[in-house]
Amino acid sequence: MSDTAITSEPGLFSKLLGSRSLTLGAVVTIILVAMALVSYVWTPYSPTAMNFRDKLQGPSLAHWFGTDNFGRDILSMIMVGARNSISVSIVAVLVGAGIGVPLGAWAAARGGWVDGLVMRMSDLAFAFPALLTAVIITAIFGPGATNAMIAIGIFNIPVFARVTRGASMGLWKREYVQAARCAGRGDVAITLLHILPNINHILLVQVTIQFALAIVAEAGLSYVGLGTQPPMPSWGKMLNDAQTFIYQAPWLAIFPGLAITFAVLGLNLLGDGLRDILDPRVRRQR
Amino acid sequence: MQVRRRPPHPVAVDISAIREVNVISFVGGRLVSLILTTLVASVIVFLLMQVLPGDPAVLMLGMNADADAIAALHRQLGLDQPIWIRYLQWIGGFVVGDFGTSLTYSVPIRELLGPRILVTLPLALLSMAISVVVAIAIGVYAAANRGKTGDTVVMGIAQVGVAVPNFWLALLFILLFALKLAWFPASGFSGWQDGIWNGLHSLILPAFALGLPLAAILGRVTRSAVIETLGEDFIRTARAKGLTRAGALWKHAVPNALIPVVTIIGLQFSFLLAGTIIIENVFNLPGIGRLVFQAIAQRDLVTVQTLVTLLAASVITINFLVDLVYGYLDPRLSRGGH
Repeated sequence: MSDTAITSEPGLFSKLLGSRSLTLGAVVTIILVAMALVSYVWTPYSPTAMNFRDKLQGPSLAHWFGTDNFGRDILSMIMVGARNSISVSIVAVLVGAGIGVPLGAWAAARGGWVDGLVMRMSDLAFAFPALLTAVIITAIFGPGATNAMIAIGIFNIPVFARVTRGASMGLWKREYVQAARCAGRGDVAITLLHILPNINHILLVQVTIQFALAIVAEAGLSYVGLGTQPPMPSWGKMLNDAQTFIYQAPWLAIFPGLAITFAVLGLNLLGDGLRDILDPRVRRQR
Repeated sequence: MQVRRRPPHPVAVDISAIREVNVISFVGGRLVSLILTTLVASVIVFLLMQVLPGDPAVLMLGMNADADAIAALHRQLGLDQPIWIRYLQWIGGFVVGDFGTSLTYSVPIRELLGPRILVTLPLALLSMAISVVVAIAIGVYAAANRGKTGDTVVMGIAQVGVAVPNFWLALLFILLFALKLAWFPASGFSGWQDGIWNGLHSLILPAFALGLPLAAILGRVTRSAVIETLGEDFIRTARAKGLTRAGALWKHAVPNALIPVVTIIGLQFSFLLAGTIIIENVFNLPGIGRLVFQAIAQRDLVTVQTLVTLLAASVITINFLVDLVYGYLDPRLSRGGH
């Protein structure tokens, strides 16, 4: 809700360009993804190569963001870290949406005890602080990127279930859904053909929000040592290492945090922009 | 988000008698669901602990302990009992405040909790206070100056603030306020025995690191809620009867905008508790969050299940209180359905 561009129903394309949040968010997200993709084929230095002669150097022309206690290049590590953050978050959101959306749609379609059960389960899930759940899950299954994905994915499930249920509840009373039902379509067909297409903009916005939260959660888990394991660089682990050398090399604590903030800001702006464009209700309120 | 508002004027007819009965059944119903949810949560936590790899007896005695000693310790810890008996014993004690004995510290868990709650609770409350005060200040300011430069600047900062992870903000605070300016300690907690200020001193940086990102989220919600109420008819009425702009804002718009704000405050409490786990690790604070973390690492199962259940219970209780506050802010809700 950063800008108040009032649009009077122009075409979709000019709306896309008209939203400052959307443009900015898309640019930031594209930079992030590009950085991650480029890291597969090229990084300034090898992100795992140790070079003790160059350890703990400040930012310079040779090492833009400096080097860590092993002499590894921070910029290279941040690039590979982007790849790590994005892949963990993609899987986490897929797990959350993949299970949460069908659950929410089922609750809205059936109502009654199904609805009650799904909602009580999500109430229950919300009673556990998300990060605490993730810490327990990674403690049970062992630390690592894969388990971090599952842990973050699990606390995305109730979020998607709630959003899907809330958005589709009202649609079931609409005439076109009633008509489809009279035409003999079942719950599954109605959900796929009429409900989901009408709420996909809400789900899309939620995906960007959960994606941003997943990036922070992954960084948090890696910071406490339960997420991505070395030698794979991750932004959270880099911040943890930075704290050890905070007296000698304060810049180590700056760049990985900037990377997280940049990524989350980009996704949030993208989400805000999409909401402005796709949700007519929000547009009218402004 | 659905924005619910309380009616601008109290309903003229006397419905206090009807309301009293409804309030009791409303509160009673919520109380029952609170207890049930907490019980189910405790079962889930208990079951999770059973699948946590690592035998506590082996961990206590070491890898080379002989089988007889391990079996004896199992008996002593009650681990040879069937699972449901162990659950009933644990939850039975839990209800009366006897949480059992920590496996690693060999002291009653209640004794472990006392001093740590005195770190985590003040930290959480202080963060919450910072979050609410900052959020209402920036939210109302931005709403009152909607579309002007002040609004754009404040909301731009909030937009960035939402994206800043609290543990990174904590590191930046340590760099600036602890290492450079030396105003606050970089880590550790000196305890409350040397006076309130001495204890508070080590909690200020962690509280701001936790509270400010939450304030950014809450500030954005406050702004849109206030803007929405500013467009209502009763604001125009208030202005028409001669109230100043500021008067209408603070007397009518802000109180009516509080419901969505209270919702988010309730939701943030769960975030806040999770945040304390990480922030207590960043600042090396001896609180509940650090204890949970250590207990998980040391496979101190009784301690983990007790702490996690307590944390879940406090989140559930806060949500219950938020529901009650709703009922107070919006009397329509407690009169059945919404």
